[in-house]
Amino acid sequence: MTAAPAPRATPAAPPGQPYVRIEGLTKRFGDFVAVRQVSLEIARGEIFCLLGGSGCGKTTLLRMLAGFEAPTGGAVFIDGVDVTAVPPYERPVNMMFQAYALFPHMTVEQNVAFGLRQDGTARAEIATRVHEMLALVQLEGYDKRKPHQLSGGQRQRVALARALVKRPKLLLLDEPLGALDKKLRERTQFELVNLQDRLGVTFIIVTHDQEEAMTLATRIGVMRAGEILQVGTPTDIYEFPNSRFVADFIGSVNLTDGKLVEDEPDHVRIDCPQLGTTVFVDHGVSAPPDAQVSVAVRPEKIQLTRERPPQVDNVLSGTVTGIAYLGDVTRYLVRLPTGFELRITAPNVFRREERPAHDEAVWLHWHPSATVVVTR
Amino acid sequence: MPGRRSLFVLGMLAFGFAFLYVPILAMIAYSFNASRLVTVWDSANSPTLGWYVELLHNSQVLDAARLSLRIASVNATGAVILGTLAAFALERYRRFRGRALFGLLTTAPMVLPEVITGLSLLLLFVALEQTIGWPSGRGATTITIAHMTFSMAYAIVVIQARLATVDRSLEDAAMDLGARPWKVFLVITLPLIAPAIASAWVLAFILSWDDIVITSFVSGPGSTTLPQLVFSKVRLGVSPDINALASILVLIVTVVVVAAGTYMARRDRRRLREAQAAVAAS
Amino acid sequence: MNAAGALAARLQRRAVAARPALGRRLVIALPYLWLAVFFLAPFLIVLKIAFSNVQLSMPPVEPVFSWAADQVVQIRLHLSNFSFVFGDQLYVAAFLNSLQVAGVSTLLALLIGYPMAYGIARAPGTWRNILFLLVVLPFFTSFLLRVYAWMGLLGRSGLVNGLLLKLGLVHEPLQLLQTDFAVYLGMVYSYLPFMVLPLYSAIEKLDLTLLEAAADLGCRPTKAFFTITLPLTREGIFAGCLLVFIPAVGEYVIPALLGGPDTLMIGRVVWDEFFANRDWPVASALAIVLLAVLSGFVLLLQRVQAQEREA
Repeated sequence: MTAAPAPRATPAAPPGQPYVRIEGLTKRFGDFVAVRQVSLEIARGEIFCLLGGSGCGKTTLLRMLAGFEAPTGGAVFIDGVDVTAVPPYERPVNMMFQAYALFPHMTVEQNVAFGLRQDGTARAEIATRVHEMLALVQLEGYDKRKPHQLSGGQRQRVALARALVKRPKLLLLDEPLGALDKKLRERTQFELVNLQDRLGVTFIIVTHDQEEAMTLATRIGVMRAGEILQVGTPTDIYEFPNSRFVADFIGSVNLTDGKLVEDEPDHVRIDCPQLGTTVFVDHGVSAPPDAQVSVAVRPEKIQLTRERPPQVDNVLSGTVTGIAYLGDVTRYLVRLPTGFELRITAPNVFRREERPAHDEAVWLHWHPSATVVVTR
Repeated sequence: MPGRRSLFVLGMLAFGFAFLYVPILAMIAYSFNASRLVTVWDSANSPTLGWYVELLHNSQVLDAARLSLRIASVNATGAVILGTLAAFALERYRRFRGRALFGLLTTAPMVLPEVITGLSLLLLFVALEQTIGWPSGRGATTITIAHMTFSMAYAIVVIQARLATVDRSLEDAAMDLGARPWKVFLVITLPLIAPAIASAWVLAFILSWDDIVITSFVSGPGSTTLPQLVFSKVRLGVSPDINALASILVLIVTVVVVAAGTYMARRDRRRLREAQAAVAAS
Repeated sequence: MNAAGALAARLQRRAVAARPALGRRLVIALPYLWLAVFFLAPFLIVLKIAFSNVQLSMPPVEPVFSWAADQVVQIRLHLSNFSFVFGDQLYVAAFLNSLQVAGVSTLLALLIGYPMAYGIARAPGTWRNILFLLVVLPFFTSFLLRVYAWMGLLGRSGLVNGLLLKLGLVHEPLQLLQTDFAVYLGMVYSYLPFMVLPLYSAIEKLDLTLLEAAADLGCRPTKAFFTITLPLTREGIFAGCLLVFIPAVGEYVIPALLGGPDTLMIGRVVWDEFFANRDWPVASALAIVLLAVLSGFVLLLQRVQAQEREA
């Protein structure tokens, strides 16, 4: 392998050690703090997604990993080597750019070969590796084309081939599927995961699209205002959000404020004035008594029935104020006697089914374990 | 609705272009006139190429043209090199000390009256000669330096405009793939701004080739450029060989500009077609 | 990481940061130095000479700085050149006349140029390219020769007089050349492309749906032009006017070739002071005053162009 010479301070990280370690990374632009004290550890072979809205600092974080922005503070270690001060052209890292950044004056072949040329790799080896790579992304026969003669999907694959041909330890992807249309995006997602699995490269992906993050990632880091709020597997992030923001940002959720009124190690009760009842949660919550908390329930966790359910806890009644039939599911809006509206998603299991209609009185219920309690 | 107003606009277009082109066309027409009295058409012996033939044997004109050609080419090359550096500094290094003054210095030569630029440069050359003995006397060298100073400003505008449209992520991508900054410039940036550099070169060449006022200040007795020669003749009145000379120059410029325009329009159309084909094929 | 390692990393970081800075410094320094030496320094010399006296020597100027006894630098500043410039009716008249000629020419160029630019910007695709090229073309052809072309048209036996005589509008040829009329004509003619180009780019950028929206809301085309098109192309108008006005004030070639002996324009006066009278100090003082007059307009132009770039 002909990776660029990187300064070696310590030997390669032993297996089990984090492969990428980010310590207290901070970036200021004048008075504006784009990235604030971010620390992360990413294992070898992971697909790590940085997820957040525009301006949350995810792209700046990625550019610091690539070496385009010098951090104001903190350090980056890759495979145990401090690369904080290493310029981009000497880092064992490659990047796939948002709009691909294919060199418009070069052919597909020249684009893919560019990185190897910079290292002075032998001509014959460049040719074989470029063609291997083009075969891998299924672009054989396109080698003499220029970028403007390619479709969006083909360009994306050239960009991927160009970034992977140097066999980087770490591949950074900036909104890799953002420029593709919906159908193509879905297909490409799986191709990307397959490719990553085969090559064993560690991926760090920046995206604003939560669906993309959920499908691709082994772990997700949710960012807001330069900080990482929560790191976890897609399931963790979705089912166990640690804050109002994360709960609200990922998927759709019913959020309401409440007060802890019964605090036992194995269950708690929360008084929610907006729901007009107390909510029963079947696990303990680490919060002081009388603490103000937020209660989050996902729409698909709520069951909507015409008859009153047999359970005692977490049962509410209301009237249907909105119905949206989406094919696979139907979304309902149900108004409680307090005036608060809840969103409910129900799967359409049967083709013919009598569904609740507008203004119909209905009952709602959810399992105590479906309630998420967050304190911030 | 497209009645009176568009008729007015059409009329103004026709008037404007007639205004721009009638004098030039008349001048070209009279270059084929046999009569020495420029504006009296000698229908017996005209049209004739007599003045053109005479021009080719006029060593004074040929020498001046050769000098102008040399100065203009050296000037254009120098102005483009300095202009590219300056454009890069202005476009890529957003903040550096003295940037405001630099910005002013790079645009001022375009708008200052030529008499001021010419006068001040002459005074500089005289002062330099007195203190360090260079340049000894004035001639092609001082003319070239003066021309570079003001045509560089035009080169900067053209190149900077193009540079601004070059996607920065292309340069980032090259660096990410292992190219050092100077190599990024050489293999990515330079090819992408090449069309602008070519236009800037042509523009700088024409500005120098055409200049009379600044040249008059900084030229010496042994160096007469073509515009200087033309100017001294023209001050005495209209002359038919100048008509011929002017026609040749106008023709050359027209051919170059039209060819460049057509080439670029064709290329754009071809690229568009290929892009559409690529999208349609997938 | 231990302390020594941290220090090494910090040093290395600094070394990396310093490396591109060298190339960067060169990129800035080369053109900067050139402009400082060949553009900024000359002005300081002009300023110096403007405060000096005429002397029979080469250069025909008395030194401003001289070494007196006891190694004391003696500075003699003569304000006489400036008082001379402002005291002499001729120079003041030349300044005022230049401003007037430039101002009127700018206005005329705008009146002709705006409809032209509008017509080009609204012309169908291929035509637009051709017309645009036709505006650019004179830009590239010799300024001197284009002014010269008018000499052929305006002379006593020129095309214009010939036409007038043939039509019986006049009985003997008019004196057209060497008049203020010819100077105005030459100015508008030479600087018209400078007016049309910025106007064209401003009009072309204008979103046509705005005019459709105006029409939809009941605005007549003429009124839409004055309430929508004109205000939205204001920047182009400013830029075009300044691009014509500024060089026109200091113009030399046009008054020299088309104007009469009594056509006073400041560019020509500077030239004559310098070449004919060999009075370098007065020429320099005139240049300084002209520079002062124009610098306000130049700064204005810079601001307009900066705004345009941001938009």
